[in-house]
Amino acid sequence: MITDLTQFTIFVLLFTAAVVPMGTWLSRTFTGQRHLKLERITYKILGIDPNEKMSWKRYGMVLLLSNAAMMGLGYILLRIQSLLPFDSLGRIAQTPDLAFNTAASFITNTNWQSYSGETSLSNFSQMAVITFLMMVSAVTGVAAAGGFIRGLSRKNMGDIGNYWVDFTRVLYRVLLPLSFAVALIYVWQGMPQTLHSATTVTTLEGAQQQLIVGPVASLESIKHLGTNGGGFYGMNAAHPYENPTPLTNFMHMLCMMLIPASLTYALGSMLVRRRQGWAFFGAFLIMFIGFLAIVYGSERAGNPLLAAAGVDQHYSAAQPGGNLEGKEMRFGSGQTSLFVAVTTADTTGSVNAMHDSLMPMGGFVPISQMMLNNVFGGVGVGLINLITFVILTVFLVGMMIGRTPEFFGKKIEAREMKLVMIAVFVHPLSILGFTAIASVLPATLQSLNNLGPHGFSEVLYAYTSGTANNGSAFAGLNANTPFFNTTIGYAMLIGRYLTLLPMLGVAGSLAAKKTIPEGAGTLSTSTPLFTCLLVFVVLVVGGLTFFPALALGPIAEQFLLAARHTF
Amino acid sequence: MRQQIQSTHEETPVAAGLVRPVLISAILFMLIAGLGYPLVTTGVSQLLFHRQAQGSIVAVNGVDVGSEVIGQWFTKSEYFHPRPSATTAQDPKDPSKTVDSPYNAANSGASNLAPTSKKLIDTVTSRVEAYRKENHLSSTESIPVDAVTASASGLDPDISVANARLQAKRVAIERGVSEQQVLALVDAHTREPQYGLLGYPRVNVLELNIALDKFAPRVSGK
Repeated sequence: MITDLTQFTIFVLLFTAAVVPMGTWLSRTFTGQRHLKLERITYKILGIDPNEKMSWKRYGMVLLLSNAAMMGLGYILLRIQSLLPFDSLGRIAQTPDLAFNTAASFITNTNWQSYSGETSLSNFSQMAVITFLMMVSAVTGVAAAGGFIRGLSRKNMGDIGNYWVDFTRVLYRVLLPLSFAVALIYVWQGMPQTLHSATTVTTLEGAQQQLIVGPVASLESIKHLGTNGGGFYGMNAAHPYENPTPLTNFMHMLCMMLIPASLTYALGSMLVRRRQGWAFFGAFLIMFIGFLAIVYGSERAGNPLLAAAGVDQHYSAAQPGGNLEGKEMRFGSGQTSLFVAVTTADTTGSVNAMHDSLMPMGGFVPISQMMLNNVFGGVGVGLINLITFVILTVFLVGMMIGRTPEFFGKKIEAREMKLVMIAVFVHPLSILGFTAIASVLPATLQSLNNLGPHGFSEVLYAYTSGTANNGSAFAGLNANTPFFNTTIGYAMLIGRYLTLLPMLGVAGSLAAKKTIPEGAGTLSTSTPLFTCLLVFVVLVVGGLTFFPALALGPIAEQFLLAARHTF
Repeated sequence: MRQQIQSTHEETPVAAGLVRPVLISAILFMLIAGLGYPLVTTGVSQLLFHRQAQGSIVAVNGVDVGSEVIGQWFTKSEYFHPRPSATTAQDPKDPSKTVDSPYNAANSGASNLAPTSKKLIDTVTSRVEAYRKENHLSSTESIPVDAVTASASGLDPDISVANARLQAKRVAIERGVSEQQVLALVDAHTREPQYGLLGYPRVNVLELNIALDKFAPRVSGK
C-alpha cells in the first residue's frame, strides 16, 4: 500500500513539475516569430505561404483535407502491404473494411485495433503506416489546440493562425525530438529496435519459440507522447517487448500525461492568465485522482470469487497480490491501476493489462473517463473538450445569476452556444446510438467473450473507446467483423471531427469579438470556486447522460459479483 | 465590425489552392515521420544498445535459448514454472481454428475473462488444485494469485517471490539438492523494485532456471 501510494505521489509530482517547462516550450512553438531553416524548406516543398492568415474555416479545412490525404495514403499502403519490403514473414495485406478501420483509427488518434500487430503487419507497415499516422495525428491535435488557444487570445481578429506552420513546428520542434530521445531510453531498457522480423530460439526444454521483433521503440515513444495507444503487438503495452521494466511503464505514463497537462500551462501563458491555466489543471487533477482511487481500490481488493477458491490475493513482501488475471507481475495491481487511470484519462488507449478482466468497478473507471472525455484528454483535444465544458458552465452559471455569460472577456452568445452544444451532443449520441444498434443485433452475441452485464459492457466500451478516440478495449469482444469495423470506424471519425471542428468555430467566432472590460458582475473562471463548478457540471452532464448505460454494465456486474453470481 | 472582418475573409474560398500542398504533405510527412524517424532511431539504437535492440537474446553455451524479457513455457517438474498463459496458435489440422499454445511469442494473448466469468472461476479452481498437488502442499494452503491467473501478454517473464518459494521444495527433490540451497538460489535471483521504488520484488523464471541448470545439473535419464 505504502509503496503503491509512494509511486502514485512521485508520478503526480513529476508530471506536475514537467508542466511548466513543457508548457513554456509549447507556447513558444505556437507564438515564435521566426521560422527555422528546415521549416522554410518544408513550406517551399509544400508550396504554401507561411504568412497566410487563416480564418477558422480555412484552418479547419486544411486540417481536414490533409488528414484525409494521410488517411488515404495509409489505407493504400495497408492494402498493398504484401508488395512492400521488410517482411521475411510474408504477412498478407489487410481486407478493405479492416484497412479502413485501421486507417480511420490511427488518423483520428484513436488507435483502436481490430487486428493483432504481430500476425497482421509487416515492419514496413508498422513504420510507414502506423508510426507515421500516430505522429501526424498527434501533431494535428496539438496544432489544433494551438489554433484554438490563439483564437481565444485574440481580439477583433478574423484569423486563428496558419495550420501548416502550427503543424510543421509541432512536428519538428516538439514531437520528433522528444520521440527520438524517449525511444533511445526505451531501447536501453530492453525494447527491440531493428528491421529484423523474427528470431527463433530453442527453449531450455527444447521447444522452438519464435520471437517477433521490429522497430518497436520508435513506435512506443510516439504512441504515448502523442496519446495514440496502438500497440506494435496484439497485447499492447502488456507485452514485455513493449514494456520491459517498471521504469518503461512509468515513462509510458509520464509521456501520456506530458502534453495534455502542459497545454493548460501553455494556455495560461498565451492568454497571459497563468492562474487560468492552473485552474484548468486543477479540474483535471481532481477528477483524475478520484477515478484512480476507485480503480486502485477495486483491483487491490481482488476477486472475492477467487479468494473462495483458495487463492491468496493479499499484499505481502513476497507478492503484490490483488486481481492479477490479465495483469503482468512487473506492474502488479498498483502500477496497473495507475496505468488504467492514465491511459483512459489521456485518451491514449494503450493498455498494460487486459481491461476486460478488471474488477467491475475497475472497468467502470476507464469507461467513465472516456465518456467524460476531458480528464486531461488526448493531446490538444482534451483541452478543447474541457473548454467546451467551461463555456457550458459559464453559460449555466450566467443563466442562474441573470447576467450575460462572458468567457475571457468575450460575450458568449447564441452562435457559440449552438456550436458548443453540437460538440457536447455528438459524443453521447455516437456512443449510445451505436451501442443501442449493436445491442439489438443478434450477430453481436457471437462477438462477445463474456456473458451477462459484462457482455453489454464489452459493446459499450467499444463505442465509447471509438468515439472518445481512446482505442483501448474490453478485448474479449471480437470486433473484427464488417459491422463492428465499419461502425466503430464511423464512431471514431464522428468523435474526432464533429467535436473538434465546432470548437474551432467557437474559437474563430470569439477571436472576431471585441473584449469587454471585466465588471463586478463578471464570473471569474480562474478561482477555486469555478474549478469546483466546472467539475460539478462535467460530472452532472456526463452522469445524467451515461448513468443508465453504466448501470446496465459495470454497476449491475458489481452487484451480481457481491451476490456471487457467475455467467 | 465583426461582420466586416468575417466577410473579407470569406471572399477567398476556404479550399482554394489546397490540392498540391495537401497531397505533398501526406507523402512528405510519411517519408519524414514514417521512414526517416524510425530508421534513424534504428541506426542509433543498433550502435548504442545492440543487444537490447535485437531483442535481449540470452545464449547458453552458444545456443540462443530465449529472451531476457520474454517468458517461456516450462512443464518439467525440475524447473520453476511460470504463470499460466492464455496464448494460442493456429490448429495444424484446421487453420480456421486455434489451439492452446502457452507462451507462443508469435501471438501474444490473454483470457479476457470477466471477474464474474464461470469459466475463469472453474479454471482457477482447477489450477489451484493442480498447483497444490505438484508442489506437495496441503489442501488448505492458499496459493499466490500470480501462480493461478493468466498474465495480460501470455508472455510474463516473472513470478512472485512467494510463488517461487512454494515451488522450491519440488525442484529440490527433482534435482537431488536441499530445499535450502534452492531457496538461496531464489533469493540470489530475486529482482528488487527498480531503483528501490518502481514495481515489486519478482523472479525472472528463465534466469532462475538457467542458474539452476548451472548449479545442479539435471539428474541424467530425466
